[in-house]
Amino acid sequence: MSFPWARQYEPKNAVTKFLDEKLPLPRLVYNAVGAGYPVPRNLSYFWNFGVLAGFFLMVQIVTGVVLAMHYAANAQVAFATTEHIMRDVNWGWLMRYAHANGASFFFIVVYLHIFRGLFYSSYKAPREMIWLLGVVIFLLMMATAFMGYVLPWGQMSFWGAKVITGLFGAIPLVGEPIQIWLLGGFAPDNAALNRFFSLHFLLPFVIAGVVILHIWALHIPGSSNPTGVEIKNESDTVPFHPYYTAKDGFGLGIALLLYFALVFFLPNALGHPDNYIEANPLSTPAHIVPEWYFWPFYAILRAFTVDFLFVPAKLMGVLAMFASILLWFFLPWLDKSPVRSGHYRPLFRKFFWFGLIPAMIILFICGGAPAEEPYVMLSQIATAYYFLHFLVILPIISSVEKPEPLPYSITEAVLGSDKKVVKGENTSPAV
Amino acid sequence: MIKLLSVRLVAIIVGIGFAVAALWAFAVGAYNAATEEVAPHLPYEKPRDIAYSFDGPFGKWDHAQLQRGLKVYDEVCSACHSLKYVAFRDLAQLGYSEGQVKAYAAAKQVPGIDPNTGEATMRPGLPTDYFPSPYPNAVAAAAANNNAIPPDLSLMTKARGDGTNYVASLLMGYQEPSAELLEEHPEAAPGPGLYHNPYFPNLNLAMAPPLSTAGQVTYDDGTEATIEQMSEDVAAFLTWTAEPTMVKRKQTGWPVLIFLLFATILAYLSKKQIWAAVKPKK
Amino acid sequence: MADTTATATPDTVTTSDDGIRRRDFLDIAAVSAAGIGGLAVVFPLVSQMAPSKDVLAASSTEVDVSAIEPGQAIKAVFRKQPLFVKRLTPEEIAAANATPTGSLRDPQSLAERTKEGHADILVTMGVCTHLGCVPLGAAEGEVKGEFGGYFCPCHGSHYDTAGRIRKGPAPTNLEVPEYEFTSDTVIQVG
Repeated sequence: MSFPWARQYEPKNAVTKFLDEKLPLPRLVYNAVGAGYPVPRNLSYFWNFGVLAGFFLMVQIVTGVVLAMHYAANAQVAFATTEHIMRDVNWGWLMRYAHANGASFFFIVVYLHIFRGLFYSSYKAPREMIWLLGVVIFLLMMATAFMGYVLPWGQMSFWGAKVITGLFGAIPLVGEPIQIWLLGGFAPDNAALNRFFSLHFLLPFVIAGVVILHIWALHIPGSSNPTGVEIKNESDTVPFHPYYTAKDGFGLGIALLLYFALVFFLPNALGHPDNYIEANPLSTPAHIVPEWYFWPFYAILRAFTVDFLFVPAKLMGVLAMFASILLWFFLPWLDKSPVRSGHYRPLFRKFFWFGLIPAMIILFICGGAPAEEPYVMLSQIATAYYFLHFLVILPIISSVEKPEPLPYSITEAVLGSDKKVVKGENTSPAV
Repeated sequence: MIKLLSVRLVAIIVGIGFAVAALWAFAVGAYNAATEEVAPHLPYEKPRDIAYSFDGPFGKWDHAQLQRGLKVYDEVCSACHSLKYVAFRDLAQLGYSEGQVKAYAAAKQVPGIDPNTGEATMRPGLPTDYFPSPYPNAVAAAAANNNAIPPDLSLMTKARGDGTNYVASLLMGYQEPSAELLEEHPEAAPGPGLYHNPYFPNLNLAMAPPLSTAGQVTYDDGTEATIEQMSEDVAAFLTWTAEPTMVKRKQTGWPVLIFLLFATILAYLSKKQIWAAVKPKK
Repeated sequence: MADTTATATPDTVTTSDDGIRRRDFLDIAAVSAAGIGGLAVVFPLVSQMAPSKDVLAASSTEVDVSAIEPGQAIKAVFRKQPLFVKRLTPEEIAAANATPTGSLRDPQSLAERTKEGHADILVTMGVCTHLGCVPLGAAEGEVKGEFGGYFCPCHGSHYDTAGRIRKGPAPTNLEVPEYEFTSDTVIQVG
């Protein structure tokens, strides 16, 4: 869609005119991230993370393609070729550290992007499809990151592969055959390593494809904004370029400063020392943990330590871990409050800041900690809250909550006039 | 409306289901925690904090120290531990000349093939060869060491938390277990063929104290070879073997960060200028 | 009143002029910085494809020439490519020396292509200078071409007994790598 006041692309010279007729790529870019895309004028820095996520996807693809030129997916030599990259390949150490920490930064910006979406209820109509595609991207990212972590064939790689494929072993009856099929053997070895490499190379391009759909879906209703009030007229918007290209450029500078500080000065801070020990199928490390970005979900997996009714503990943990992400698919239909922004929802805000955020922090800490008390008990309480928050509290508060008055328009919210505030109006999402 | 209501109804039931299951696990865990005694961890010590020339964002290798560390590895560690990711040619980075590297390599015997018969044999090393393993294979290593295979040392300092300090502390940390420790944790007493070391996570390790007497290694630069000195030197050397590019990495990082800082400031000023027209004045 | 307006107007104009200039400058500077950063990234991305340290280091080979009979050649490996070491017969040396160098596509005498005192040991890369195939003629019973040296079957280049190009598409003689005699019977290549 485009707003009636959106600027129109005008080819200026013969070349751009020719292109515009034959293959209107410049027009596409102009309307997608150029002056032809009107964007709410009040976006905060929380709206930077979508562009940053796209940027780090590109970083991962570029560094990943480079690493694949030197890596060999064979259990005999995988660990050695990784060290070959670190020691002998020109700038190989930079490529590898940039890729490993790039994965971490990709997850950091995506988590902040999801956090923004949750607080401002960006998943609500008319933006359900953007959210659904976003959850698909996140699931693909998790699969890609997991398989990528297996490739260096260190101890954590090997045991991570074994444990995560072991999750499928929890499925009743068909679990074990599925696990053996996934690995192409009885334990991770050449077959598993090779297919993980192949899929790890493929999936980022699938992600890039879904990202294009995600952005396409975004351009139909246009961007949301911190007030949650829909765009009413031209004064509510500014063209994406130069306003948000400039703002994203600054945001990118800050992100790159942090990223390269980590790459050059603390490249192993987010990794685990055990992955510098070559995979040994006969000895499990004392304390195995996934990479930090999986910790909250790993904590949910481990929280179910006893059988519940007729469900074995192992299956319960696996179900809960998958459910904890899959439930995001239903968010647009669970939270029916007509108000989007958490700024105008007093009850939602309380549960968000004092319920969900502490629960996520506890799950994060417990997921990285050894499986012993008090971490297990803490993670059990946080897990219970996590499910209650999304599946029980959110549907209920969206019915009982009395929202605070919304500004009449984005322009009014920006200019700070409170004269035209009308209670009860504009609380329904624009259709 | 009814359909939407049912989505939320199902969600509430599922949500309560997962929450009750998690809380049930919590209740069982809490009951067990209250009634059962958990074995306490053995109290092992954090590595000592030792200052090295390569610490910090401006760190540089101390070539004299790395050369001393190589000598300790050569004369002590290499009897049992391999260093398989390091090639003799890499030693040029420690300040050795091409001739010295060649001579060092030639003094080592590496596995080769007899060009006339094709039989496995040993030949003098070339700079392109990697440090040879003291054992022909893992089975031989296990057999010679009471089933405790001596690990490869190339990446040891990266494969342990606070690795450089850990290696140094472990090497100089061998001692008899204290009476209080044995009283509190009788299971901490070293079994046959094991040695007490407070820096090792389960306090007992199969490696006999490798550096036991001062002057065990005679340094070429005249440095006094105390046990502390040898431990620190070999830990420094193993930090280099674990990541020979570490100093280059830090030195590359500075110009990158300074450039990025400059570019980010420009981006900020540019953004401010562009937004000045539409930002309301407070 | 009129005075103030008159003085105020030019002032405003100048500031706004300055403002526009400053803004343009900042934007250009910011975009240029991004461009420089992008170019800087290209350097390691290109450089990583150049030979790695282990490849560069593995570039010297020793060959024992004592067992080569006159008229025989052996194949060794130098930089992952075949290396021909041949002991020439007196007839082959005579044939090579009989050819006037001026008539050659790549004028070189046999003496220039061998080491002093070892005129019978011809060390060349076994790589045709046309498009890199391995010429025949080093092993027993292989075709030696019209000039009795080497013959490349890919596109029909003929080399003479001194490994010089005589006929066919190859532009230069078979390359003589850098080498030296470390003893009377051992050469070190590279």
